[in-house]
Amino acid sequence: MSALHIKKGSTSHSAYNLRPNFSDVQERHTIAVLVENEPGVLARVIGLFSGRGYNIESLTVAEVDHTGHLSRITIVTTGTPQVIEQIKAQLGRIIPVHEVHDLTVEGPAVERELAILKVVGDGDKRVEALRLADIFRANVVDSTLGSFIFEITGAPDKIDAFAELMRPLGLAEIARTGVAALLRGE
Amino acid sequence: MTREMTGAKMVVQALKDQGVDTVFGYPGGAVLPIYDEIFLQNDIRHILVRHEQGAVHAAEGYARSTGKPGVVLVTSGPGATNAVTGLTDALLDSIPLVVLTGQVPTFMIGSDAFQEADTVGITRPCTKHNWLVKETDALAATIHEAFHVATAGRPGPVLIDIPKDVQFATGEYNGPKSNSSHYHPRVKGDLEEITELVAAIETAERPVFYTGGGVINSGAAASQLLRELVDATGIPITSTLMGLGCYPASGKNWLGMLGMHGLYEANMAMHDCDLMINIGARFDDRITGRIDAFSPNSVKAHIDIDPSSINKVIRVDIPIVGDVGHVLEDILKVWKSRGRKVNREALAKWQAQIADWRKVNCLAYTNSEKTIKPQYALQRLEELTKGHDRYVTTEVGQHQMWAAQFLGFEDPNRWMTSGGLGTMGYGFPASIGVQMAHPDALVINVAGEASWLMNMQEMGTAAQYRLPVKQFILNNERLGMVRQWQELLHGERYSHSWSESLPDFVKLAEAFGAKGILCSDPADLDDAIIEMIEYDGPVIFDCLVEKHENCFPMIPSGKAHNEMLLGEAETQGVIDSKGSVLV
Repeated sequence: MSALHIKKGSTSHSAYNLRPNFSDVQERHTIAVLVENEPGVLARVIGLFSGRGYNIESLTVAEVDHTGHLSRITIVTTGTPQVIEQIKAQLGRIIPVHEVHDLTVEGPAVERELAILKVVGDGDKRVEALRLADIFRANVVDSTLGSFIFEITGAPDKIDAFAELMRPLGLAEIARTGVAALLRGE
Repeated sequence: MTREMTGAKMVVQALKDQGVDTVFGYPGGAVLPIYDEIFLQNDIRHILVRHEQGAVHAAEGYARSTGKPGVVLVTSGPGATNAVTGLTDALLDSIPLVVLTGQVPTFMIGSDAFQEADTVGITRPCTKHNWLVKETDALAATIHEAFHVATAGRPGPVLIDIPKDVQFATGEYNGPKSNSSHYHPRVKGDLEEITELVAAIETAERPVFYTGGGVINSGAAASQLLRELVDATGIPITSTLMGLGCYPASGKNWLGMLGMHGLYEANMAMHDCDLMINIGARFDDRITGRIDAFSPNSVKAHIDIDPSSINKVIRVDIPIVGDVGHVLEDILKVWKSRGRKVNREALAKWQAQIADWRKVNCLAYTNSEKTIKPQYALQRLEELTKGHDRYVTTEVGQHQMWAAQFLGFEDPNRWMTSGGLGTMGYGFPASIGVQMAHPDALVINVAGEASWLMNMQEMGTAAQYRLPVKQFILNNERLGMVRQWQELLHGERYSHSWSESLPDFVKLAEAFGAKGILCSDPADLDDAIIEMIEYDGPVIFDCLVEKHENCFPMIPSGKAHNEMLLGEAETQGVIDSKGSVLV
């Protein structure tokens, strides 16, 4: 007999996990974090998410300002509005974090992801894969008589759609970068 | 001021430049160069503890009783891992600490060298920030930044891991520079929000101040401003365990502590208020009880320097991010400029209601002439020590709650207890740290025998430095709080909650060259306490108390503030299955 009925998706770190006041609707947010490019900073961000039970859908990181020693981490996460607020506040507490931007709130933002997909097959399937790649503006970056590697850039759902179409055509492997995002306009 | 020196010398120089007078530590291979430098100077006292956990808790006691950061120096590997409990304790209670750890030389990091541990990795989640310094040239700036980070904003522990070759190598030393850091948390609150809060204060019918450790952390001025505001408005005030002393226990608006073992009048006021003003507290689960029944009809304001505290547990209506002292100053300014208004008529009714709740006399207990009741022991301790320049530390458990209920604190920084983490073994080393900072004060650690045994090795430290710390042990030969929960929740099956094979505490004291006092008769208690106070040296006071006393009032797990238990008669079947999984 389980004594406690914690609501699915509840992410409280308090023992009193009985919070009815907040909206239960799960939202997807893209958060950009500018951090000092120092050892361990990514571990701090990831440790925050795992330690407090937040979700990471995708995470990308690279140095963006060599002279200023700044890296940009782009995180796609899901949670209730209250959890999203907590995530931003908790990120803001990390000492080497300079800025936290919720691109979903501050947006509209451009979100792009790059994926490379290996499709193995021959005959009609091979022709069909190439035709669909053309429609999706995917490039062929490697080719053998029995395989292609396609490179595709776009919003994550476009890549999802392309991968779905490639599956019956011999999708063997896929590698995705995760989302990079910038606010539109000035 | 730039000078060439070794990394080890830099450490000592930087500590001096930061105004450090006391370091708690334990030497080992990876910090020998720093210990060598400590040997060669006389400005910084080093207190040799008997276990690294003791060093961190001692530094916490020092920090909480002075408002200055505590400093710890330990070696690599086990030295660092032994410090982890103290770091976590300090993180949860927002205590500023600077912990220096030795590390194997940089060229051996990652090779599983002797006494190597991934110290920055292990301590990342239990420090406010930490650093591994790989170049001697960066060492001085890192130490200065560490002091800034530990004390600015919401205080907390920081750690600097210093490989041994960095300590030996020479580099450039620079003194502290202001403004070299990008970390400058906001201290001034938003005036619009502050005005909104003042307007709410002016009209509220049933307001209450709910104050916490943030008031203490903000400094003595914050407590002064709080007292001014409370006394000018006549609004009742309660405090969390961490906030005791921010408002005097003798003050006329004082409700006593709130929360799981808080006073009836405090919890009822929280439940029934129409305006809750949270100042430097964090809606901890010991405070709120059942969230969906927490103060259902109040407008809630929350003043906190840490934005992540706001709306974390309880959604608030008036969030004010800023330092308590600064915000209180502005609240007072705005309130005065708008004509010092409060809803006098309603407030009088509210105070009358509170007076009614007080009549319940929730701390009442059945005294005995045969055995010492723990509550009685603390009442006598309070009576016989309250005129003294007194500091109190505690361990964790029933005795801690009774101490919070029965001892009165008139000033901030006089009460040191492990609130957030609930660390058994905290109080004794903390009392050592407090006594180091206040050599002439009366420092008492109110303890349970089980907690006290967890860091009893620090008797050696107390004896070595002739620290007259008084270990007031309420000995019930039980893990009292565990026993209480087993009684209420687990069918009185007292699994491993008794203290078997206890030492003879009087002989133990004597073995360390200290004084031991045994007291088991209520009639002897006063004389025994006076003997303890008057003895110039460390004392272990073994106070044999009633073994099966429960701590009341109590809000059972999963219940609301207005469902609290006042005594034994009400305890049968009160915690349902949902409540029993909560801690």
